Amino acid sequence: METSRYLLSILVDNEPGVLSRIAGLFSGRGFNIDSLSVATTDDPDVSRITMATTCDAQIIEQIKKQLHKLINVITVNDLTEKKYVERQLALVKVHAKPEKRAEILRIVDIFRCRVVDVGHAHYTVEISGDSGKHQAFLSLLKPMGIIEIASTGAIALAREMGK
Amino acid sequence: MKLTGAQILVKMIKAQGVDTIFGYPGGATIDIHDEIVRHDDLRHILVRHEQGAVHAADAYSRAHKTTGVALVTSGPGATNTVTGIASAHADSIPMVVFCGQVPTGLIGNDAFQEVDIVGITRPCTKHNYLVKDPDKLAATIQEAFYIARSGRPGPVLVDLPKDILQAEINFQMPEETRLRSYKPNYTPNKKQIAKVVQMVKDARRPVIFAGGGVISSRASEQITRLAQMARIPVTTSLMGLGAFPGTDPLWLGMLGMHGTFRANMSIGNCDLIIAVGVRFDDRVTGNISKFAPHAAIIQIDIDPTSIHKNIPVQCPIVGDCKTTLENILALMEKQNPAQLTVERDLWLDQIDQWKQTTPLKYDQKADIIKPQFVVEKLWEITKGQAIITTEVGQNQMWAAQYYHFDLPNHFITSGGLGVMGFGLPAAIGAKAACPDKLVVDVAGDGSIQMNIQELMTAVENCLDVKIVILNNRFLGMVRQWQEFFYNRAYACTNIENAPDFVKLAEAYGASGFRCTDPACVEDTLRKGLDTPGTVIMDFVVEREESVYPMVPAGGALTEMLLV
Ligand SMILES: Cc1ncc(C[n+]2csc(CCOP(=O)(O)OP(=O)(O)O)c2C)c(N)n1
Ligand SMILES: [Mg+2]
Repeated sequence: METSRYLLSILVDNEPGVLSRIAGLFSGRGFNIDSLSVATTDDPDVSRITMATTCDAQIIEQIKKQLHKLINVITVNDLTEKKYVERQLALVKVHAKPEKRAEILRIVDIFRCRVVDVGHAHYTVEISGDSGKHQAFLSLLKPMGIIEIASTGAIALAREMGK
Repeated sequence: MKLTGAQILVKMIKAQGVDTIFGYPGGATIDIHDEIVRHDDLRHILVRHEQGAVHAADAYSRAHKTTGVALVTSGPGATNTVTGIASAHADSIPMVVFCGQVPTGLIGNDAFQEVDIVGITRPCTKHNYLVKDPDKLAATIQEAFYIARSGRPGPVLVDLPKDILQAEINFQMPEETRLRSYKPNYTPNKKQIAKVVQMVKDARRPVIFAGGGVISSRASEQITRLAQMARIPVTTSLMGLGAFPGTDPLWLGMLGMHGTFRANMSIGNCDLIIAVGVRFDDRVTGNISKFAPHAAIIQIDIDPTSIHKNIPVQCPIVGDCKTTLENILALMEKQNPAQLTVERDLWLDQIDQWKQTTPLKYDQKADIIKPQFVVEKLWEITKGQAIITTEVGQNQMWAAQYYHFDLPNHFITSGGLGVMGFGLPAAIGAKAACPDKLVVDVAGDGSIQMNIQELMTAVENCLDVKIVILNNRFLGMVRQWQEFFYNRAYACTNIENAPDFVKLAEAYGASGFRCTDPACVEDTLRKGLDTPGTVIMDFVVEREESVYPMVPAGGALTEMLLV
């Protein structure tokens, strides 16, 4: 079956062990996690997990049902089925040779990124956007020589009223 | 009212209607055991190994008293429960396991007899808890029972640090458990019910396939009414045996790897399957891509994850089996009966032909006992009324095939995990739940040695169980695979170096009988069943007998090896 990327937004009880239950579910059943991001919500008893995974339609059904079956999972929202805004934050450290600096800054400008650290031979750039924007940005920076990257997982909210 | 944690635990267990718990003490649980013995209305059965406590609690639940409870100490006590918990998890059996734990201040310090049992059992429990706040103890215990028995049932573990058990707490009975993140759905969708009735009308060759879910939701009466109303033949999984009377003409026998010829052929040729409380395990489907090639499937299950998991389903229904069947029956009663049974005679005739040409069979000669014969005689003598527990292997399959279960909750076996050593402690648990019932463990000579220490538990507590060993001096089921698929190379399956089971019984204060002659099988059974107390009957049977039919792993159900 054809695979695609799914983005799940999961509300869970903010309790110790919950993340391990979810991670264990994925490893135990051979599901795959592309990225994961977790933080408490406005309600301190509730955390939101945003998870990206790549699989086929039958597996995503199982993933959603299995997640829902965990006692500490309150809701599972498949954002892929609706309109949503997605953001991912990355810090990219790139070689900045004098002759390349102008070009790097031009790319940074086009992508509305920011240089957050400057050294004698490098820039560190902050980029925020969906995963497509990240990929495009990185492919342009790559020829300059990327030194290292730190990236968060995706976070996302549905474009609709209510939770 | 101030109570200690241990007192609260006992109070909360009793409040759940539990009258018997199975346990084994240690440093971390002394407080609880000290408290339990002060309560005449809560019996503590001291097992001889923690695994035994968990299997006994499992069977206690299944014999339908109430939720079974096991109580063990920290560290090795807790790890010894894992097999039993995993078995109950695979079979969806409600159970609560309480473990002692090192004091909260020591958790994480690699203290003596500390293990992270919550971490270890996370994948094999329905849910589990470590109680860190004494004020949450009572509510957590109540929640554990609620989760264990609601929705799709399962085992729940509660880890209890010693300081929590010793703390003095202001006790208040907790309010009714309500969880925002857990609300099982019991009522089926009305539209789907109408669809079921239409599908039954359209079908010419329907089959009902019932499983453990029918037993746990106590829906065997509804399954039987459905079958009879629309004249639909019934098969079950191993876990579903007894959900439909084994002596009814519509009974097809068990389905799957060691299912009957007519059950497997019926699935291969049917045009509709009404699957109720089953999860389409690979032992039951054979090669999944060749399973029921001509059938539309209706699947009824309380657990949405069971639906569409292994097999595509045309009419999924999430709901309690009993409630859903009641809904279906109510709508069916309004139909013209002739429309529900179109061309049924043709289908039933075909099935009857399969039954006539290829029945379950064995050939009992005069010289050596056939294991199937022992089970069939046991069925005759007990008139099908005994609770049968089993070990695992050939003994389990012969019990399933030849004890023609008419009643639900009378067949107690480790189905999903297949745990050797299950049957004896399970028999003890069933006997504790149903003291007036005859309880028989149909055992293999290998499996019985895995929890043989529980003989002492049975004898000490006057929980009289009868053990029928089908003694083939082999790890028979593995030997059978070696015979069929490994060129008869019997590597590591010969167990003829065995204890004398008669003397072993006597050493524990039980009685033992041996039988080697087919002519004496009936007498030995009668004598063994009539002898008061716990009894081992050691039947020395044909060594290389195999279980037939057999669908080789990965084969289609209709491609059976036959005798
Ligand atoms: C704890 C455990 N270990 C190993 C197995 C694998 N196994 C399945 S059946 C079987 C043979 C059982 O022998 P016995 O109890 O004598 O039963 P028989 O098949 O001979 O009736 C074995 C070893 C198992 N199911 N459980
Ligand atoms: Mg054997």
